[in-house]
Amino acid sequence: MTLEADVCVVGAGPAGLAAAVHAGEGGASVALVDSAATMGGQYWRHPRSPDRDLVLDRDLHHDVAVFTRLSGRAAALVRQGALTYLPGQHVWTFSAAGDGCLVRALCDGLPGQAAETVVRARLAILATGAMDRPLPFPGWDLPGVLTVGGLQSLLKGHGVLAGQRILLSGTGPLLLSAAAGVLARGGTVAGVLESARQRRWVRHLPALARVPEKLAEGAGYAAVLARHRVTVRTGAMVTAAHGEDRVRSVTSALITRDGRIEAGSQRRHEADVLAVGWGFTPRLELHTAAGCALTADAHGNVSVTVDDDQFTSCPAVLSAGEPTGIGGASLAVVEGQIAGIAAARRLGRGRPEPRELAALKRRRGRLRAFAAALASVYTDPGVWPGLLTDDTVICRCEEVTYAEVKQALELGAGDVRTVKLLSRAGMGWCQGRICGYAVGCLASRRRGGTTDLAAALRIPIAAPLPLGLLAAAELPDGHGGVPPDPGRDEAAGPDDPLSAP
Amino acid sequence: MMPTFSFDGDPVPFEDGQSVAAALTASGVTSLRRTRRRNRPRGLFCGIGICFDCLVRIDGAANRRACLVTADQGMVVQTQDGTGLDDLGG
Repeated sequence: MTLEADVCVVGAGPAGLAAAVHAGEGGASVALVDSAATMGGQYWRHPRSPDRDLVLDRDLHHDVAVFTRLSGRAAALVRQGALTYLPGQHVWTFSAAGDGCLVRALCDGLPGQAAETVVRARLAILATGAMDRPLPFPGWDLPGVLTVGGLQSLLKGHGVLAGQRILLSGTGPLLLSAAAGVLARGGTVAGVLESARQRRWVRHLPALARVPEKLAEGAGYAAVLARHRVTVRTGAMVTAAHGEDRVRSVTSALITRDGRIEAGSQRRHEADVLAVGWGFTPRLELHTAAGCALTADAHGNVSVTVDDDQFTSCPAVLSAGEPTGIGGASLAVVEGQIAGIAAARRLGRGRPEPRELAALKRRRGRLRAFAAALASVYTDPGVWPGLLTDDTVICRCEEVTYAEVKQALELGAGDVRTVKLLSRAGMGWCQGRICGYAVGCLASRRRGGTTDLAAALRIPIAAPLPLGLLAAAELPDGHGGVPPDPGRDEAAGPDDPLSAP
Repeated sequence: MMPTFSFDGDPVPFEDGQSVAAALTASGVTSLRRTRRRNRPRGLFCGIGICFDCLVRIDGAANRRACLVTADQGMVVQTQDGTGLDDLGG
């Protein structure tokens, strides 16, 4: 199927949904492509059921009213013929040339049954969200160890508790929110290990005071955990998961100020599930495929550069939500609104609404300041490399161990690409999405420089596809079958700090 | 009565709309495949289709992501061994 639209929005989470609604209400014809079966993204993930399509569980979801309003407006646009909603579509490649954008997506079907959907649009808004950032440690490949996002998706999307006794470890507000969700559904939380120390917040009081609703949300989770007598151990983290066929127990320890394990602080926890999450990595596969300029912050977080109207360095591509910097759902909605309005106006549609736009941009500023405070408190404490043993698996897909990665580094590999060529780390099914951050950090520690984390995000084919589809591809000028490596693209100029030397 | 699919021959009940991985988790199944190099058990990890750790064989087809496939009455789901492509004679 091929269709044309003024604007193609990729992702129907908080940012994409807001962008599609505002571009559509601004008079643009919109195609909304999403990999899930229902609107809402990971944040508003909910069961697919005909009679419950717009009903989210209030004990698990936040800002339900925002979702209900946005999805209702999206449904109205669909009825008017202004919005084409394409669920269950995995975008495998994206390109942007002078005449517009090309989005190519597949439904996840059996080989031979995979049908392709192609959208040609004048502008694209990439609202691809983020994924958990996992870090390797001994035992992290055992069944029963999963990401906090995985724990959440089971609970929100399917009403299923991951196990009997759930321990959470990592950093960030999602740990508390996920633990509260488990408790709300009658599950048992064995404990929460938050690697950050709470007093680090003191430095960020001004940013906090400007978004009081976030403070209230955090206090709410803390109260739920206290009521259930769940221990939140701060300045602590998992050091190993134990078991033969699955997790049976977990060892944790305290972290010293200089990022090591405090001697003698080890503690053993009985648990059949360990959920881990060290913040988020934005999904930037499509941005890098199109050659959008990226930036990295002081904590090594990579994001796409956008201007005041959410336009990237590619003239036909906008982005909103987590890809522009991890900031949460409220910020994603605001960025989506701005992007939708800006896209409609760029196409000569929409009413000029300077006051509404200015108010949105002020709110975006407050939420970005809050996100920056979060990012500096909830960082990877950098302890994990010291926990690795020679037989710890680093690349889960190709089962490449720490010993094998070290061997590649000793042979002179200084970046993720060379480690991959020498050891196969990052060469498997997930294309380095899970191990890319860890391998990048190990390579830069060895080399003694900064980590080129953007290199791990260069994944030209963003979803598995049958080879026959590539062979049969007919593409218009300027949209090559396989996109060029953006690391060698003119979009990443010599001033770009992330471009390879 | 709840609909069911089979996993390695055992019936697994599911609710309408649940993924294969969610139904298996609810039934206490955590190990979904054995790895091809070290023959180690693996289960659900990212839960959102990114990590490919939850690969199973469904109705004879290997390498299906259990977290993405919606459960269906009478589906035959099996633990995937290695690449799951032994029948190709590799």
